[in-house]
Amino acid sequence: MVDLISIENLEPLKEIIAQHKEEPGCIMPILQETQGAYGYLPIELQKVIADELNIPLSEVYGIVTFYTQFTLVQKGKYKIGVCMGTACYVRGAQNVLDRVERELKIAVGQTTEDKKFTIEATRCLGACGLAPVMMINEDVYGALTPDKIPGILAKY
Amino acid sequence: MKKSIEELRQIGKEKLDRIGLRVGLEAKTESKTQIMVCGGTGCHSSSSHILIQNLKDELKAHNLDKEVEVIQTGCFGLCQKGPIVIIYPEGTFYSHVQPADFKEIVEKHIIGKEIVDRLVLDEIKADPNDGLNKLEFYKKQNRNALGNCGLLDPECIDEYLAFKGYEALYKVVTTMTQDQVIQEILDSGLRGRGGAGFPTGMKWKFAKAAQNDKKYVVCNADEGDPGAFMDRSVLEGDPHVIVEAMAIAAYAIGADEGYVYVRAEYPIAVKRLTIAINQAREYGLLGKDIMGTGFNFDLHVRLGAGAFVCGEETALLNSVEGKRGEPRPRPPFPANEGAFKKPTVLNNVETLANIPKIIREGAKWFSDMGTEDSKGTKVFALGGKIANTGLVEVEMGTTLREIVYDIGGGIPDNKAFKAAQTGGPSGGCIPAQHLDTPIDFKSLAEVGSMMGSGGLIVMDEDNCMVDVARFFMDFIVDESCGKCSPCRIGTKRMLEILNRICDGEGQEGDVEKLEDLAKAIKAGSLCALGQTAANPVLSTLRYFRPEYEAHIKDKKCPAGVCKNLITFTIDPAKCVGCSLCAKKCPVNAISGEVKSPFVINQEECIKCGLCLQTCKFKAIDKK
Repeated sequence: MVDLISIENLEPLKEIIAQHKEEPGCIMPILQETQGAYGYLPIELQKVIADELNIPLSEVYGIVTFYTQFTLVQKGKYKIGVCMGTACYVRGAQNVLDRVERELKIAVGQTTEDKKFTIEATRCLGACGLAPVMMINEDVYGALTPDKIPGILAKY
Repeated sequence: MKKSIEELRQIGKEKLDRIGLRVGLEAKTESKTQIMVCGGTGCHSSSSHILIQNLKDELKAHNLDKEVEVIQTGCFGLCQKGPIVIIYPEGTFYSHVQPADFKEIVEKHIIGKEIVDRLVLDEIKADPNDGLNKLEFYKKQNRNALGNCGLLDPECIDEYLAFKGYEALYKVVTTMTQDQVIQEILDSGLRGRGGAGFPTGMKWKFAKAAQNDKKYVVCNADEGDPGAFMDRSVLEGDPHVIVEAMAIAAYAIGADEGYVYVRAEYPIAVKRLTIAINQAREYGLLGKDIMGTGFNFDLHVRLGAGAFVCGEETALLNSVEGKRGEPRPRPPFPANEGAFKKPTVLNNVETLANIPKIIREGAKWFSDMGTEDSKGTKVFALGGKIANTGLVEVEMGTTLREIVYDIGGGIPDNKAFKAAQTGGPSGGCIPAQHLDTPIDFKSLAEVGSMMGSGGLIVMDEDNCMVDVARFFMDFIVDESCGKCSPCRIGTKRMLEILNRICDGEGQEGDVEKLEDLAKAIKAGSLCALGQTAANPVLSTLRYFRPEYEAHIKDKKCPAGVCKNLITFTIDPAKCVGCSLCAKKCPVNAISGEVKSPFVINQEECIKCGLCLQTCKFKAIDKK
């Protein structure tokens, strides 16, 4: 995993903005790269983007909150994405998700107190041949049943 | 370095000498054997990339890396049996190949010239060579849009050139007028593969007619329909076909700039597409003065950010412009006022993947396939309760039964087919009595579903249709952009009703309320997301109404899915007291003395069904 930049350090953000500033519709790539570098898009970073692009903060905020990919809060070290695409759902993804929630004692969208895990119900990951599927950061786990979950989580 | 057509053809010819053995030609170089390993997302998830590295290292260790090449390809389609490996010139078909199998493949197959039996599917055990033509899965298929997927290395433009790549673009820019190109596409009868099925040639015609000094071509690769992954597979397996097709579209309408809007969740597709664009630029197939004709065209990649509604064309355009991805009212249509308010053609990935071949082979080649209103072939992503999950391409008019049983291999575990869901959250469920429906735009609409982008999810007797309708409505509520109230509020109300039906709190009149809301949402919504949002509910009501009634009146879920409506009990006559279920139960709700019948504490049971799967004595009842 790449180390995330602290939001105190605004230089990388300014570089990202400078790189894209002249492109039409540049705000999407700017937000995507910023989140990639900092891990999330808190209001402090949004303010810098709004100032540099000379657009209202409300517009930046409107875009950030519209797209599910963008997050205003820090996520856990390991992002668990349980696929809730149709193919996974009809093969029992809900039971898998329920079990992950119970094991970690948090609900979908939440992060454990030690900031280790975040659970997300993701859109179709496109690995339907392996349904039901879950990803933990880059690792893919397929053909899941609820009782495989504790063993998988124990690896992290 | 920019290349002339002669140079491009020479590169292609030299490459074909090397790789022609994949299509039955004689190997004319030192490379006499080629190991093709699927690098699509499904097989990649099963570590096919590690297998590739292992194979390369092992071949090098045996000093065989000149004679034997390892090539990462796009998707072969049979994802269920992945990772797939095919070894040419024999075409030996291996399945479920793990990274650790490299040694056996090199030592036994390559050096020992023997088949590695345990990696061969039962069906072709007797002779695994030429597997692509022998497996039932492939026999009824007609792979056009997917033609190059699995055949070539998607990260190598020279391989694309070897198989007539960019010949269609050359033909168009040097021998055809804009109107001739558009007429060819019109004559082919090609309709959009993204969902609505609008004739592609008409789109191009409108955009060409629009007067403006600036026009755009946009490829919609925001494949959001859950369970559909054909666009991703084309981008991963044959990215140059999209670059070529977009350049052809640009020439036809008079555009000089294009965008590919692709889901951020498809990192492999994005990577290969970016490589393809850079390679095309390097050879002068994108940029200024393409093939010395004065035609200019360049392409950019834009990533989506996880909004399903951006698959809707006007929402997508807003997103490209860096705005919230909310749909715009139409008219004006994108052909007149699209990206940055300029005339724009928007085509889906699979639609574009058909274009170069139509130009090369002629409109008639394409229109000879398919049915009256639906020409050509269509790719489907088969998923759910089906033996062969994967990507299939069939001629339009093939029946659902052929796809599910002949190609898909039927339903696993001897379960009964219940329904096939097509069209994703905008589509509907097709029940068993319509299994012989030919798959084309018109027939699917007649049975209350739609073509959509080609997701085809099979459900068996264990799937609850009310729960499936609830699942899709939940998806829609999440993805409704909120701009117009019929969709934003209406779908939410429908979801509340569906939730209470599934929870056992359904009331008399709920079904009628659902129907009323469906009508209002359909009539009042701004874009296709809302206009079609009620389809999954309406189609399940049409075919599975008794299942709704069982939930509401009898408080029963006949399929045994809705947790509030089922209970698990242990039959004391069958329980031998082995205690296995009690050990497996994640909430310790099962107790008892060993060798005497166990009991489930209903207060604590979370109805996960693990005990039912665990019990070897069929002592667990689900009612």
